[in-house]
Amino acid sequence: MILVDTLAQGLLLGGLYALFAAGLSLVFGIMRLVNLAHGDLIILGAYLILTISTVTGLHPFLAVLLAAPLMFGLGWLLQTHILNRVLGTDILPPLLVTFGLSVVIQNGLLAGFTADSQKLTAGPIEAASVNLGVVTLGVMPVLTFASAVAVVFALNQLFYRTALGRAFRATSDDAVTAQLMGIRPQSIFAIATGLALVVATIAALFLGTRANFDPSIGPARLLYAFEAVIIGGLGSLWGTLAGGIVIGMAQALGASVNPEWQILSGHIAFVLVLLIRPRGLFPRAND
Amino acid sequence: MAILSLHSVSRSFGALKVTDDVSFELNAGEALGIIGPNGAGKSTLFNLITGNIAPDAGRVFLDGRDVTRLPPMERVRAGIGRSFQIPQPFGNLSVYENLLVAARFGGELGAGEAPAFCMDILSRTGLAAVAEKPSGGLSLLQRKRLELARAMATKPRVILLDEIAGGLTDAECVELVATIRAIHANGTAIIWIEHVLHALNSVVERLMVLNFGRMLMIGAPDQVMASPEVREIYLGIEA
Repeated sequence: MILVDTLAQGLLLGGLYALFAAGLSLVFGIMRLVNLAHGDLIILGAYLILTISTVTGLHPFLAVLLAAPLMFGLGWLLQTHILNRVLGTDILPPLLVTFGLSVVIQNGLLAGFTADSQKLTAGPIEAASVNLGVVTLGVMPVLTFASAVAVVFALNQLFYRTALGRAFRATSDDAVTAQLMGIRPQSIFAIATGLALVVATIAALFLGTRANFDPSIGPARLLYAFEAVIIGGLGSLWGTLAGGIVIGMAQALGASVNPEWQILSGHIAFVLVLLIRPRGLFPRAND
Repeated sequence: MAILSLHSVSRSFGALKVTDDVSFELNAGEALGIIGPNGAGKSTLFNLITGNIAPDAGRVFLDGRDVTRLPPMERVRAGIGRSFQIPQPFGNLSVYENLLVAARFGGELGAGEAPAFCMDILSRTGLAAVAEKPSGGLSLLQRKRLELARAMATKPRVILLDEIAGGLTDAECVELVATIRAIHANGTAIIWIEHVLHALNSVVERLMVLNFGRMLMIGAPDQVMASPEVREIYLGIEA
């Protein structure tokens, strides 16, 4: 019974990790860009929701509706004016630039909001739970997991059912040939990064309502996101969800044995998956 | 009336001049063949026309409009379509989706009209049966057909074919030439780089010979092929 409960909690935690990772997976899948600032952008999103919520008095679930388009705009500008300039055959420049961006965001947040921990307050829903008999699940973790599934489903629909999605996939396959089909890869990349930051904002909402955050915790979220993306298979969105679940379950199992083992267990699961399936659980055929 | 014209176009890679002062005009609806030894600068000339590389000197005009500084995607929308020597389908997309991308973005067709337009091209190029297949798993002939079909889906007024008959059997080549003839008959201007001369000469009205980046000769295929200089350089037959 305890095992079922542990696995259920791990599954739901995996939803949060999948939300951290989905934006990273999207950007990597389309432009092979590893955004080292992704974790910090999630934290930036959390502060944006906090600010909107504080200034307007809106509930965080409503504030996110204002924050998401702003983050889309930020992503679009970031890609258009900075990242598009460094994308190319050499993977080092984008890594260096996004690493620098990570440092800038952390220090900017520190200057603007201090190092004090903050939290998004969602009200009574934070403590609400549903009793399923076998297990009792928190409403917020269930919402988090449902959001992760919805985000991955929506992104897949976008990828496989729309003209923009086909342009994403075509550009991902071959950006030079895509230009000869009338596609402007730089615009496609800017939209992709904008979307990735919308997903990061949704992740920020659930991160901020679940636990405290401060300007320094971005890199650890990036690490979980990386592990989820790599476990799932680079560029596969459903794989990213599976990767998040693997880490979440491993952490929950580790914590049930010894609370100090929670974080370590996730990393060990990551290493084990890589040893058994070096290309992840659901690798794309041509990666 | 010239639909495409190049004025003294040159391009070097380091010390190597791969396109050297090339000028020519392509008339609306005309089919022009380009031949020349390997390394003569044929594909580079295509890259200069599509905008994949910029010329060091000279200008490219489409319908009298200077497109020299336009990026490739805008040249496609202006009416320049291209197929590659080595087929480069989007492997993660189905055959039909490859065309849809070209039609929506290159041909600037709306969501309502693009599907029927693409299905028509697929049936005209003999690809209707494999429309839903992933393009990564096609045979060489099918991939060559897809190159042609995808270029057509961009609604080109000038279509650039880069050794599209290379590597095909004689029977496959005959099939492909029939398709190219049909495209030409519809009024689309064609520039076709090809080593398979009998295929090329059965379609084109004029032939251009490139050698070391320079245009050696341009004229009627019979006249060009009869030139002792061309026979020596291209066919290795001493005059």
